[in-house]
Amino acid sequence: MKRLILFLLLAVAVLFTASLVIGPAGAPVGRSLSALFSDDHGPLSMVMREIRLPRALLGLMIGVSLGMAGAGMQGYLRNPLADPGLIGVSGSAALGAVLAIHTGLSAAFVLGLPLAALAGALAGVFLVMALAGPRGGSLTLILAGIAISSLASALSSLVLNLSPNPFAANEIVFWMMGSLADRSMTHVWLALPLMALGWLLLASLPRGLDALTLGEDAAEAMGVNLTRLRLKLVIGTAAAVGAATAVAGAIGFVGLVVPHILRPYVGARPGRLVWASALGGAVMVLASDITVRLILPTQDLKLGVLTALVGAPLFLHLIYKTRRAEA
Amino acid sequence: MTLLHLRDLSVSLRNRPVFRDVSLSVEPGQVVGLIGPNGAGKTTLMRAALGLIPAQGNSSLAVMKPRVRARHAAWMPQNHEIAWPVTVEVLVTLGRIPHLGAGQAVGAADRAAVDRALAQMGLEALRHRTATRLSGGEQTRALIARTLAQETPLVLADEPIAGLDPAHQIATMQCFQDIAAQGKSVMVSIHDLGLAVRHCSRLILLAGGRVQADGTPEQVLTPDNLRDHFGISAHFAQTPQGPVFQPLEVVR
Repeated sequence: MKRLILFLLLAVAVLFTASLVIGPAGAPVGRSLSALFSDDHGPLSMVMREIRLPRALLGLMIGVSLGMAGAGMQGYLRNPLADPGLIGVSGSAALGAVLAIHTGLSAAFVLGLPLAALAGALAGVFLVMALAGPRGGSLTLILAGIAISSLASALSSLVLNLSPNPFAANEIVFWMMGSLADRSMTHVWLALPLMALGWLLLASLPRGLDALTLGEDAAEAMGVNLTRLRLKLVIGTAAAVGAATAVAGAIGFVGLVVPHILRPYVGARPGRLVWASALGGAVMVLASDITVRLILPTQDLKLGVLTALVGAPLFLHLIYKTRRAEA
Repeated sequence: MTLLHLRDLSVSLRNRPVFRDVSLSVEPGQVVGLIGPNGAGKTTLMRAALGLIPAQGNSSLAVMKPRVRARHAAWMPQNHEIAWPVTVEVLVTLGRIPHLGAGQAVGAADRAAVDRALAQMGLEALRHRTATRLSGGEQTRALIARTLAQETPLVLADEPIAGLDPAHQIATMQCFQDIAAQGKSVMVSIHDLGLAVRHCSRLILLAGGRVQADGTPEQVLTPDNLRDHFGISAHFAQTPQGPVFQPLEVVR
């Protein structure tokens, strides 16, 4: 466990640095980093501080959010196929963003889109909680999440369908693919407080998730308050993943794949997996974001497209393994 | 000191009364067998006693704060869920959760409790095996060990020996007797009346929505009770090897 955490921390540090020094400006590593720390009022400092730093920071923050929320969701539902989008956060955030683009709110001011997406995420989760009730099992939560996700995606499609001009539709489609390109420190400051709240809530889950290995009845008899656990999980996921989706669009598969890959290395303990997945998520998002810049630097390959391209085959591998285990 | 006290406990699920006005106390040093036909409400009674489902009346466990209760009574549910492929040792260590403060790691005392529980269930050899890959009976023993590792004065177990081989059924019941000899108490729901007679110091017969009989096996397993509530006749004799109970035939 300690070695795994150390390894992941090292990987995060290396990838974070790599994310800072890789880019079309093509400045040498040493000069880039010194420009970051000592403002020379030149263009390089500007590039480092206004473009690359927020991008690297967002990659780190979004990865932590998606990884933690994914591990929390899988642990709570005791299902390796669960992901944070299951409770409708990503879908309703996307609806908020789509509405912002459609109404021109996103063009009116820079935070219009992320704020609308955030409002969408919170409204969606509020609806899910209202539908699933404060108590009740995990099944009602899944059903409510699926219902709200489907509704949000139907409404997003409706907005696309009625979109008056092709440019708006184009913008919507590209936003939904998820990207970290052209984000500023404003985005970082918008997302950070909510994400921090989400991390705090998700970080309080591990012991309860461990107890849930034995089922809801046994966990409750061991003193775990399942109602509170569920509330913390849902609000924590909504805050962390909602904020992530608001500033970067939908980045799929990270919350699903990262806990799955790391599970064997933490002895399948759902509590420890939350910590490992926080770092693992950061590794995956930072690595993917570096990759999209390296392989197609001129074409703006979307981050969400790459994570899905990498994630889907891993998902197939998971299905294959599950089938083999059942046979 | 009474470990469990129920007064006029009643439970209705979906407006259907499961049982009414159950009053009983469990004192230290007892192995209590909770018997009754299918659907009599044995599981519901134990869950209501723990406060896991809403009930009318009083239960000394249900009024405790959850964390306090978890150090007072351990619960082994009937569905033997092991959600993740953790090792047997990790699984048993989960029983120490109620004893750990916030952020507190597993310590030497906890490890000692886990070792004792593994030894009691004869699981030392399986300690590092993945629990989900064990046989059903081995998983059951691991889950019993988890319950024992909680080291509570009272253990409630829902059909713990169902699915075990005869040797492990007897060993498990003997283990419960050992625990009772240490001044703790165990309440088990059990369908095997032959084992109940030999290993339980007291039987509680739950049928028809109330406690029909409560006492020693001889007082509870009378021909009338067996006929009225189980619909069977049985051979029940005291032998030099201890009491022997064998159900014979269905009488209704």
